[in-house]
Amino acid sequence: MRTVIFRVVAPFLTSLMFLFSLFVLLRGHNEPGGGFIGGLIAASAIAVYGMAVGVEAVRRALFFHPIVYAAFGLVMSALAGIVSIFAGFQFMTGLWAFPEALGGEVPISTTLFFDVGVYLVVVGAIVAIALSLEERYSN
Amino acid sequence: MRAVDSQLFFLTIALPFIAAIVAPTVTRFMKGYAGYVLALFPIAAFASIFAVSEQIQGREILLFGFDWIPSFGVRFSFRLDGLSYGFALLILGIGALVILYAGGYLAKSVRQGRFFAFILIFMGAMLGLVLSDDLITLFVFWELTSIASFLLIGFEHEREAARRGAIQALVITGGGGLAMLAGFILIREATGLSSMSELIDEPGAIAAAGVYAPVLLLVLLGAFTKSAQMPFHVWLPNAMEAPTPASAYLHSATMVKAGVYLLLRLFPVLGGTAMWSTILPVMGGITLVVGAILALRQADLKLMLAYTTIASLGLLVMLIGIGSEIAIEAAILYFIAHALAKAGLFMVAGSIDHGAGTRDVRALGGLARTMPITFAAALLGAAAMGGLPPLFGFLAKEEVYAATVEAGGWVPSTILTIVAVTGNALMFAAALVVALKPFLGQLPSGLRRAHETTFLVWIGPLTLGLVGLVAALFSDVTHRIVSNPMAPPSLTDTAAITIGLGLHLGPALYLSLVTVALGFGLYWYSVPLRSRIAKALTAIGWGPDRGFDQGMRGLIKASAYVTNLLQPGRLDYYMRMTFIVVISVLWISMIYAGALPQVPSFPRLFFYEWIVLAILVLGLLAVANATTRLAAVVSLGIQGLATALLFLLLGAPDLSFTQFMVEILSVAILALVMTRLRLMPADQRPWREVVPEMAIAILGGLGFALFLITVSQTEFDSSVSDFFIRYSYVIAHGRNIVNVILVDFRAVDTLGEIAVVLTTGAAVLALVRIRVSKKDRHAGKKRKPRTAGGAS
Repeated sequence: MRTVIFRVVAPFLTSLMFLFSLFVLLRGHNEPGGGFIGGLIAASAIAVYGMAVGVEAVRRALFFHPIVYAAFGLVMSALAGIVSIFAGFQFMTGLWAFPEALGGEVPISTTLFFDVGVYLVVVGAIVAIALSLEERYSN
Repeated sequence: MRAVDSQLFFLTIALPFIAAIVAPTVTRFMKGYAGYVLALFPIAAFASIFAVSEQIQGREILLFGFDWIPSFGVRFSFRLDGLSYGFALLILGIGALVILYAGGYLAKSVRQGRFFAFILIFMGAMLGLVLSDDLITLFVFWELTSIASFLLIGFEHEREAARRGAIQALVITGGGGLAMLAGFILIREATGLSSMSELIDEPGAIAAAGVYAPVLLLVLLGAFTKSAQMPFHVWLPNAMEAPTPASAYLHSATMVKAGVYLLLRLFPVLGGTAMWSTILPVMGGITLVVGAILALRQADLKLMLAYTTIASLGLLVMLIGIGSEIAIEAAILYFIAHALAKAGLFMVAGSIDHGAGTRDVRALGGLARTMPITFAAALLGAAAMGGLPPLFGFLAKEEVYAATVEAGGWVPSTILTIVAVTGNALMFAAALVVALKPFLGQLPSGLRRAHETTFLVWIGPLTLGLVGLVAALFSDVTHRIVSNPMAPPSLTDTAAITIGLGLHLGPALYLSLVTVALGFGLYWYSVPLRSRIAKALTAIGWGPDRGFDQGMRGLIKASAYVTNLLQPGRLDYYMRMTFIVVISVLWISMIYAGALPQVPSFPRLFFYEWIVLAILVLGLLAVANATTRLAAVVSLGIQGLATALLFLLLGAPDLSFTQFMVEILSVAILALVMTRLRLMPADQRPWREVVPEMAIAILGGLGFALFLITVSQTEFDSSVSDFFIRYSYVIAHGRNIVNVILVDFRAVDTLGEIAVVLTTGAAVLALVRIRVSKKDRHAGKKRKPRTAGGAS
């Protein structure tokens, strides 16, 4: 797997895939996409990077253990729902705000944070599994 | 009957539990004085119950409680009447003395605080048991006594015998408790009555509902296991592994008397029938004689007392079974006498152990001079056991003989009398061995350092002995405040317990004389008797104790067999079973419900759709023809990606997108896993193994396909999707309906799903780590012999 071409291309490929995953995540509310698919793309990106440069380098780049990202994502999604309770609505009611910024209307909502949480859970869990398996493979 | 101001009584029941909570802390700070402090709790509870003595003597019944589980009609309710009052006084009175005794006996133990906590929990459970009115409340306290006794018996858990004794007691008494629960539920279902008070008010209800026989048998199973009737008695001798204060408490007035209490309590409800007066006297009589004989076989003081306790319980069951007025009165008197005497004697046995360092009668002797107070307590206890005047045991024994002599026709009365005399004589002999052997004769050289015990240790047995004496001397007072209230109202309306120490010639007195003479005779020959009985038992070889072990071993074997059947630890087996079950569910449900789909009309496809379909089929063929496993996994991806393309062409971009990603990742992860499974690169199994799996695969695929076609052919209710389509943008500001459903309309589901994803990730991580460490250990094991081989 560690051919020169692959190792040179992998960082660019990974960056592109990451960007694409964020794009998919953010546009998901109106177009095909969303947290789940975005998370899958990001997980593949990290898996590709791992194949090219090795598990150790990926772990260093991630800084936290991948499962920590997943746990953070779950907490974030749950909080996105709980916020509604404090605002006087039922649990998980989507709250929206439409502030003017960057010369246009930017819709912000609790569901966005919820979806980001989903994204993180999917990335974290799959990367955790993939890295632990790759690690054993490379040993 | 009336409801009372219940706060005080709830506090009374709570007092032992409160004491149990504070016991470890109190013990840590008070050290040697903890016993005095903790004994105040049962004394306070005793006082609060004794405070209503006047009302109880007036036959008042105090009821208190509250709804516990109203939807099932379960109440947390209590009934303080004469019977529970008498039991409660003995439980708390003896309990206070046992606490003091434990304060001295376990003074040097680092775990004294824990012991106090356990025995106080037990005391509270026992108190709750005798006061319970609601059947379910009674059951809860009943099982709590089993659990507390488990903790007490297994207190010295470093010893295997203690652990075995604890388990055995829990299995037998807890199992009996479950039978009793079944009986109670049957009562509730059949009659609609749910408390002792209701049952006592309507004694004919159970028979009228036609469930008398099963109810009686189930309740008796509970009572007999708890009160150690043959052949359930085995747990009691083994429970002697408990520290002596626990034995003195559990096996005199409490644990084992719970069954007797239940029988006395239910006597007005279930008693007096042919079944009752056959089963109980027969079981009780056998237990009495066999228990007493086995007592003489023992050499350990505590074990002798344990077997005489079994015998005494047999006598009590026998008396309750006879069921005549005088028999019930005798049972009550004997219960009181036995509780006092046996608790005292157990404490004496503990004191001897403490002072002389052994409990083996063969090694004991001549302690009378060094341990005079203990000797006095022992004499009082033994005399009460043997029914010598002027002790309370004498009154009890007279009443017992009066009851057996008058029990029905001459055949049963003769048999019962002979059984009672034999049992009593044997028990008296055993009591004499406990009370005389260690104290009389020469002091063996090994016991030179024996010494009298501390105040806390001898005050308990001496008090109990003296109470037995005073209770008999002032028998009219005793009967007025304890014995008579305990007798069922139906009996004492006509006659009250009046027996006193005054001379009353009659058959009962002559039988008493015979008993005493026989008892002394047996005591004289106790040493040869012991070896005779031991020889006979060895000849028999098998006993219920060994039977218990065999039963437990069988249970473990059976559960191991079932576990191996269901969980052989083979992944392929699990997979196969899972698929077979899923396939069965699919096919059976479709065939039975007549839901097999109609043959669908073939859709008209564009040429590029045909191409994708062709790729899909080619992918499947590639999987089937792959020579190596890795090629098969990758080929599986062809089929998956073709499916994703199909989704895209059929207008489901979201689905297609996800399918792409899932397919790629699953192929990658599957390939990684495969490399770690250390499989052969190719599947080289013979055909007879491959064909069944092929069948499973084809049936599964076909089943799912048919199922999906069926689903698509059923009428589609579009109200939900219409709702989503209409409101997706209006309410949730999103045009991608799939995503809006995921993050807004059905966000709680999604939250659950991502929690599952996270858990799966964590679980896989854990599994991978386990395998690594196992491999390491394996490697370590292998390495050792290899280096050894290299050296040679």
